[in-house]
Amino acid sequence: MSERRPIGVHAVLIASSLAMVAPFVWQVITSLKTLSSATAVPPSLLPEGRWDNYAKVFELLPFGDQFLNTVLMAAGRVAGQVLFCSMAAYAFARLRFPGKNVLFVVFLSVLMVPPQLFVIPQYQIMSSLGWLNSLQAIIVPGLFSAFGVFLLRQFFLGLPREIEEAARLDGAGPVRIYWSIMLPLARPGLVALSVLVLLWAWNDLFWPLVVNTDPDKMTLSAGLAALQGQYQTDYPVLMAGSLIASLPVIAVFVFLQRQFIQGVAHTGSKG
Amino acid sequence: MTTTAETRTAPAAHAAKRRRPRTEALWGYAFIAPTGLGLAVFYLWPVLQTAYFSFTEWGAFGGHTWTGLDNYVRLLGDPEVGQAVLNTLLYTVLGLAGIPLAIVFAALLNRPGLGGVSVYRTAFFLPVVTMPVAVAMLWRWLYNGDYGLVNQVLAVVGIDGPNWIADPATAMYALVVVGVWSSVGYNLIIFLAGMQAIPRELYEAAAIDGAGRVRQFFRITLPMLSPTAFFISIVSVIGSLQLFDLVFVMTGSGQSARANPAYSRLQTVVQLFYERAFVTNDRGYAAAIVIALLVLIAALTIAQFRLQRKWVHYV
Repeated sequence: MSERRPIGVHAVLIASSLAMVAPFVWQVITSLKTLSSATAVPPSLLPEGRWDNYAKVFELLPFGDQFLNTVLMAAGRVAGQVLFCSMAAYAFARLRFPGKNVLFVVFLSVLMVPPQLFVIPQYQIMSSLGWLNSLQAIIVPGLFSAFGVFLLRQFFLGLPREIEEAARLDGAGPVRIYWSIMLPLARPGLVALSVLVLLWAWNDLFWPLVVNTDPDKMTLSAGLAALQGQYQTDYPVLMAGSLIASLPVIAVFVFLQRQFIQGVAHTGSKG
Repeated sequence: MTTTAETRTAPAAHAAKRRRPRTEALWGYAFIAPTGLGLAVFYLWPVLQTAYFSFTEWGAFGGHTWTGLDNYVRLLGDPEVGQAVLNTLLYTVLGLAGIPLAIVFAALLNRPGLGGVSVYRTAFFLPVVTMPVAVAMLWRWLYNGDYGLVNQVLAVVGIDGPNWIADPATAMYALVVVGVWSSVGYNLIIFLAGMQAIPRELYEAAAIDGAGRVRQFFRITLPMLSPTAFFISIVSVIGSLQLFDLVFVMTGSGQSARANPAYSRLQTVVQLFYERAFVTNDRGYAAAIVIALLVLIAALTIAQFRLQRKWVHYV
């Protein structure tokens, strides 16, 4: 391509990338300062190595418990959705049964409803099962997803039928075909779904905030919101807490960048 | 029972073919059963229950009585609801500014042969994967009136910045900036995928006809991208109307939140729903609030579908 070097383009992109990243840099710097130097005017741009802010987060909150709760919630939802959604998606993509189209539309109708409409009755279910302040409360409703079924069905529809037909002629039933042929072939779809469910579960606030109000049963996002409520102005500690809470998903993103971006692009591909 | 047991002799295969639809149908129901039951119990039935609750009033001990349209009558005359709807609509409309911004960045990144694309993309995407609670805490600090970085930078050029999220005049705009900042990366990825699907030949033909980059952008990229822009605008309007996390963390809730002079300018519909449902336990009224939200979302989505004829080009 015989082009001028796009210096202007790079200038705009570098400036806007800095606008994206600078707040995070400031978050790191603030988290390593004392309160008095964080609130100095004019501010110093250098971090000070005050790692005790991080230790303080663990003193103020049962951060270890909340971390574990969040990990288990995300893992449970990912495992449940990968299994249950892929099963339903396979049936909708490949098996013939009466009422299939109607049922699929019913599944999809869940996607049209704003999630706040589920919350009060879901809360009552949890309460009547005695599940408030438990791991089940933050996992179980998240095991089922119309979105996951829709996403994976698209994937299954895109797979070639030949291998399946060959297996069927060899006498393989639907379970074998689903488990040993369709699932391995649909791996990119399963990874895309996992990454999205992980991201949404980790960052979810409303539902965990409502059902788990005991500090040691909270997730990180609800715990952080509580920390902010109590220590409104201790900015270095708040920055340290928000950093360690958001870092795990950011780390996964950096390592699995391609899968993340493909997963996100899939949410738009059906527009 | 299962097809595995079938022998391959012709009559048996014929019988199996006739039998297969029945076993296949049973397997079909079995495979959709877990998600089907889960959706029915935790999603579909709750929608009907919420609709029912919106016609009830809840007592202090959890019982509820049918009150007909009372909640809706109260809703229409409640200034707090009116203000929350206005705030939410303002946030939604201003937030649409993020769409052209994302298109411009995507177009810059889509330039053939540009280096460093993955680095830029990572930078734009970082806020998308960051926990909204953390994003809100971070920006609350950046916006701090006395010590926040935003005002410290403004001070260098001699501007005395306001207390952004505690000043009724600036609070909503400050919030929109955070919303756009944290969603532009998502929109950019979708637009980039849309741009890469535009056939190269169109640009080549335009170049032969002497159209420059800017002209190509307006005459080819924008029209070809309009279905993607339509999708993004539907998704972001629906998302914005449900705004909760950012405001909840920036203002808090309950008495301490009301100490923020800008609180009434920031409170969103979902935040009001949260307070009625889980702070004051006025669940019948809360149910009516989310039913109203559903109506608002449906109305704006239908309106956008109506308007799409005017600006969306399908090839």
